[in-house]
Amino acid sequence: MTRAVLFTDARLICPERGEREGELLIVDGVIADGAAPADVVRVDCRGKLLAPALIDVGVARIDRAAARAGGIVRVAPMPDQVPVLDEPGAVQRLALIGRPDLWIHPIAAATRGLAGADLAEMAICLSAGARAVGTGRGWIADSGVMHRVLGYARDLDVVVITHAEDGGLTSGAVASEGETASRLGLPAAPAVAEALAIARDLMLAEETGARLHLRAVTTAAGFALVRAAKARGVRVTCGITPAHLLLSDNAMSDFRTFAHLSPPLRSETDRHAALAALADGTIDLLCSGHDPRGPEEKRLPFADASSGAADAAALLALGLGLARDGRMSLPRLFALLARAPAALLGLETGALLPGLPGDVILVDPDAPWRIDADTLPGKAGNTPFDGLPVQGKLLRMWKGGRELV
Amino acid sequence: MTQSDHRPGTLIPGGAVFPHRHLTGIEGLQPHEITFLLDEAETWVEANRTRAAPDRRLAGFTQINAFFENSTRTLLSFEIAGKRLGADVVNMHAAQSSVKKGETLIDTAQTLNAMRADVIVIRHMSSGAVRLIADKVDCPVLNAGDGRHEHPTQALLDALTIRHRLGGIAHKRVVICGDLLHSRVARSNILALTALAAEVRVCAPSTLMPPAIERFGVTAFTDFDRAMEGADVVMMLRLQTERMAGGYVPSSREYHLRYGLTLERLAKHAPNALIMHPGPMNRGVEIDSAVADHVEQSAITEQVQMGVAVRMACLDVLTRRARGVEGWA
Repeated sequence: MTRAVLFTDARLICPERGEREGELLIVDGVIADGAAPADVVRVDCRGKLLAPALIDVGVARIDRAAARAGGIVRVAPMPDQVPVLDEPGAVQRLALIGRPDLWIHPIAAATRGLAGADLAEMAICLSAGARAVGTGRGWIADSGVMHRVLGYARDLDVVVITHAEDGGLTSGAVASEGETASRLGLPAAPAVAEALAIARDLMLAEETGARLHLRAVTTAAGFALVRAAKARGVRVTCGITPAHLLLSDNAMSDFRTFAHLSPPLRSETDRHAALAALADGTIDLLCSGHDPRGPEEKRLPFADASSGAADAAALLALGLGLARDGRMSLPRLFALLARAPAALLGLETGALLPGLPGDVILVDPDAPWRIDADTLPGKAGNTPFDGLPVQGKLLRMWKGGRELV
Repeated sequence: MTQSDHRPGTLIPGGAVFPHRHLTGIEGLQPHEITFLLDEAETWVEANRTRAAPDRRLAGFTQINAFFENSTRTLLSFEIAGKRLGADVVNMHAAQSSVKKGETLIDTAQTLNAMRADVIVIRHMSSGAVRLIADKVDCPVLNAGDGRHEHPTQALLDALTIRHRLGGIAHKRVVICGDLLHSRVARSNILALTALAAEVRVCAPSTLMPPAIERFGVTAFTDFDRAMEGADVVMMLRLQTERMAGGYVPSSREYHLRYGLTLERLAKHAPNALIMHPGPMNRGVEIDSAVADHVEQSAITEQVQMGVAVRMACLDVLTRRARGVEGWA
């Protein structure tokens, strides 16, 4: 007995094929061509958006409720877990615990213990289910180590996800240098710390031929480097969170710790550069960086509070807002939210193409709601968008053609 | 000076065939010169096996083994080689050397020279140190391994082993796998085998692969299974324990997973290959015991036998001028 679902009267959004009105068929968990079988289950989309489900790369924590609310079916958690994802047992456990509703694709550590000194067992962790390796929340300061990490990763054809911020410059800093940080009296680092680190990582990536993904690029100088490197054929991609596209450092005013992020919020100039990089394709994917922090970690003086925002549940709505503002088309939005993250992790999914997994979401793009820290689904509500009215609600979600409840 | 005792029937070609005063490396040797040394070594292989009457051609000659870097097997091999030729062999160990007291290498060289050694065998931890000493002494110098640079007698004994077991070296596919970056054995072997027209493949993780290695006329691989495909010889190099701790390779078990020579790999990609290893081996890391001890295909113990023969040949050839051997003055 086949499990078949036919979506009718849908506004189909496919990163590859564009936007069209029509139907979508999923048979045995896979998007299919052709006629629907007799026992097909019909879903009337009533003209609403039917799009690939989201893939969130670089989450700090696994948060099933937040992912479910946000239309996210796959997450790639950072290696900074407890225990660190530098050994196969930890990797494999994470890779399995989310199923069947949430598929977890661990990012294994590039160095043992994420200490930035010795290579971690990348091959063994890949065989345990990791789909990328990463430097975690920090930057590998020793260029010799980074060189070997990239060379070793290139041998395995695995992407290295790096946090590009020069460690020396950013040591102790909680904000980006600028008027806001100075008025608030916060320890800050110049934004050039990002470009410095990006330049080094790009050069080493070019030297070794490795695949590099810059987890978050947030400055004009950083984007310029990435643009130039891509033009030279360096195998680099980069991501950004909605926070760095929609907010700048004055969001920290009044010491709002929900705006304490890593990398920190930047100047308006850099924010505009980020929007331009989004428009010209320099930015490859959007992610949430989901990092739920409870009051014990955020109800503290700004510098003492943990960085991070729990934005997984709002990622879709914030993305739809960017599309509504004319920053990109809907197909491009889902390329950023699904197809490109899939490609980064070497997964053949994230588009509405026959043969691909039936991971889809039904979205009402106009439904209004308000992001509210107290009611945001998930482990915590620390979002810099607290109080923001948004449009775009997830109605229903399917993983492998099976509806998630 | 003693006359050498030539065995009847052996052809002693003149010194023109090997014009070098020292053997500091394979680099700079012509293919016919390498072959000449192998042919000379061949004559000692049989002699060692049958324990023929002791040869005294180096009687009265002083051989100093100046080992600034520790070694057991190579030192033993050179000592036995010299003694089997009748030489007075003296060993200088790193621990005992005056270098520990701060004496410079040049001063040590001049001291050795002043002692009127007839041949000096040197091992040193720095690339090029042997050349430095060779320029300062009057007698022939044999490189027993300098830093990462060269270990010519190892390459010669490896070539002799291959020639012995496979009947020749030209066009044979030889795969050298392991820590190539730090290996003088690899460098010398690459030079010798390419000079003798073998098809040489090298295999290592990027972190242990010498840059520009393809300029040596070899094909580089980071995937061991692909490298091994159709190999006639698989030569494994030791990975030092320190290097397995994470600096270059994450762990010995991951190294074994990706680069270990196992029976399974052998059967799948090079079922009839000759198995070689310069020693000492890390059993279960770069090579499994079942492979190292393979009755038909492992040539590892044979390499050691060839080692003594090769070193006897080198000591003999390098001292022929001093001994006034006919055609060598």
